[in-house]
Amino acid sequence: MTGLTILIPIALGMGAFGLAVFFWAMKAGQFEDLDGAAQRILIDDEDDDAA
Amino acid sequence: MNQFSALSADTHDAAFDSRFTVPGMRCAGCIAKIERGLGGLKGVEAARVNFSAKRVAVRHDATLDEDALVEALLQLGFEAQPASENPLADDDKDTRRLLRALAVAGFGMMNIMLLSVSVWSGAGGVTREMFHWLSALIALPVVAYAGQPFFASAAMALRYRRTNMDVPISIGVLLATGMSFYETLTGGEHAYFDGAVMLLFFLLAGRALDAMMRGRTRAGIGALLGRMGKSASVLQADGSTRRVDAAGLAPGMVMLVAAGEALAADGEIIEGAGAVDNAMLTGESAPEPVAVGDMVHAGAVNLTAPLRIRITATQCDTALAEIARLMDEAGQSRSRYVRIADRAARLYAPAVHSLALLAFAGWMMAGAGWHHSLVIAISVLIITCPCAMGLAVPAAQVVASGALVRKGVLVKDGSALERLAEVDTAVFDKTGTLTLGEARADISLLDADARRIALGLAQTSRHPLSRGLAASLQGAGIVPAAVTGLHEESGHGLVGQFGGKIVALERPGDAGSNLATVLRIGDRTQLIEFGDPLRVDARETVEQLNAIGLESRIVSGDRADSVAAVAHTLGIAGQGGVSPTRKLEALEQLKAQGHLPLMVGDGLNDGPALAAAHASLAPGTASDASQQAADAVFLGERLMPVALAIRVARATMRVVRQNIGFSIVYNVLAVPLALAGMVTPLVAAIAMSLSSLVVVANSLRLARAAR
Repeated sequence: MTGLTILIPIALGMGAFGLAVFFWAMKAGQFEDLDGAAQRILIDDEDDDAA
Repeated sequence: MNQFSALSADTHDAAFDSRFTVPGMRCAGCIAKIERGLGGLKGVEAARVNFSAKRVAVRHDATLDEDALVEALLQLGFEAQPASENPLADDDKDTRRLLRALAVAGFGMMNIMLLSVSVWSGAGGVTREMFHWLSALIALPVVAYAGQPFFASAAMALRYRRTNMDVPISIGVLLATGMSFYETLTGGEHAYFDGAVMLLFFLLAGRALDAMMRGRTRAGIGALLGRMGKSASVLQADGSTRRVDAAGLAPGMVMLVAAGEALAADGEIIEGAGAVDNAMLTGESAPEPVAVGDMVHAGAVNLTAPLRIRITATQCDTALAEIARLMDEAGQSRSRYVRIADRAARLYAPAVHSLALLAFAGWMMAGAGWHHSLVIAISVLIITCPCAMGLAVPAAQVVASGALVRKGVLVKDGSALERLAEVDTAVFDKTGTLTLGEARADISLLDADARRIALGLAQTSRHPLSRGLAASLQGAGIVPAAVTGLHEESGHGLVGQFGGKIVALERPGDAGSNLATVLRIGDRTQLIEFGDPLRVDARETVEQLNAIGLESRIVSGDRADSVAAVAHTLGIAGQGGVSPTRKLEALEQLKAQGHLPLMVGDGLNDGPALAAAHASLAPGTASDASQQAADAVFLGERLMPVALAIRVARATMRVVRQNIGFSIVYNVLAVPLALAGMVTPLVAAIAMSLSSLVVVANSLRLARAAR
């Protein structure tokens, strides 16, 4: 029973953390351009060119 | 993001955001080319490509405007169109709300399930009570948040004294939550929090899928009128000119239209001659020669010499605005279409509600006491809640549209798939639909050097023939020659220098009926002819449509003889010289005869017909307004996607019907259990997830439908 008082808050906390991260990701536009992210990795010299 | 924050206070650096649709980007190379090419321009602060949306957002200062950026993109090799602020914003907000609700429901479901499993496996006494309280603590806010989309829609339906799928869902969820809370308060044995939240989760999954599939909705009119010239140079009494906004123009004024300018009003030419690009109105790719006395329309682009035009109609009276109005009116009939899920709900909801009511009354009469009777009535509602039914339609449609996207057909929403499955007649436009709609050059007679020089010349011009020549040459993998000193001589051609010789693309001396240009290299000249070829698989497509029961015909704004020729080649009926209004009438006539017509067209003149047809398709090269009016857009140079779209849409509806049938069978089997009072939370949870899994698995079969 004492185990539960520790484990349940941990389980809920981890779930809530995941939920918060998902909300953040939506807000930050992480899902805006899914295909683009896959393509961008193929651009060779992005680092040289930027800056 | 850093480059966005480095804004100086200087007003010259005031930043503008412009968005462009660039349908031509296909690979990582395109992303890099666009971002670097635009980023390197003077006045551009940042350019960011969104590959999924085929858009590029540019932040720039006042020295650049949209036209300059479109031109810059063209230089980079991409056709672009300015896009409005963010047409997807509204739809997007909806999808995001559903996704958030789905995430919350998922979080709640997993945690409550965790607690429920221990109750099912025998936790008793204080532990069970504590777990019920914990479940209640999670479930109440989760239901309040994640249930909103359903509650709002159900309330709306009830307010208008109608019923939809959301009414039984809302009643089921609210009653289950309320009763479970009562059980928790009184220390009862069963709490249905898991069932209620799981139900929300599965239903939200269906809703979110449906919303994600919905492309941009028609915002046709804005896009259409955006093509009209925004202002014109008006000739004053004293001979000077003044720039006047389109809104300030009036019939009787005389406007001067320079080469390359779009007309802002309809009018009659009183001085000058040349050619206009009327592709917007007629869909005809070839420049139309015009002379004094000819009527020209707003939206047409003057290609050659300056023209003086006496305005005859402005603003809402122009031919273009008339098309916009027709499109708007024609689109209304489609919004009355009732989707299959709603049709099912009309029968389903009353049946379920009376069943639950009967169960309550029956057990009361049997003397079971109101608490027990209520528990049974609620379990009937939970078990019959259209969980599988909520997934039955969107799951199949999402899988099918995913399969179609891989074949180059972009379907706008689920309703479009449903309507595509029902069509029985196909009406085709000619130019740009059955044909490629672009002048393609016959380059077989040119040698390697001539090809390189021709591309070096052609790629710098926006003239339709130059573009067609450039496209043909690029298609053949030619590397352009570095032609210097290029300049375009209005009405004559394109001149430059290469290897010490004068090279040029000139207008041919004898203006025959065929489109042609003359390539000059030094003293040598060579004729290049153009044609607008049929799509290679046009005939095959018509045959396949015929095989699946669709009769095809051509209704085109083109000259009757050229339509007849194409119709003869394809072996179908053809009608030429049809105005946009008559096209619309032709479709209305088909509908009146009880047909459900499919319209396939690209030009602006097809817009009203596309909006009025039972379902419509437009090629990716179609005008913006037509693409918005159409239910689906197909990419590439082949016509076969049209037949494919119909086939897949029909396969989808078969699966949808199977899914709905399965949900009904499942309910028929489960309801007796509920009526007998044998549905515990465990049974409800298993039944619900099992039926949803079966429906989703059945829908996944569609992934292969487009093969």
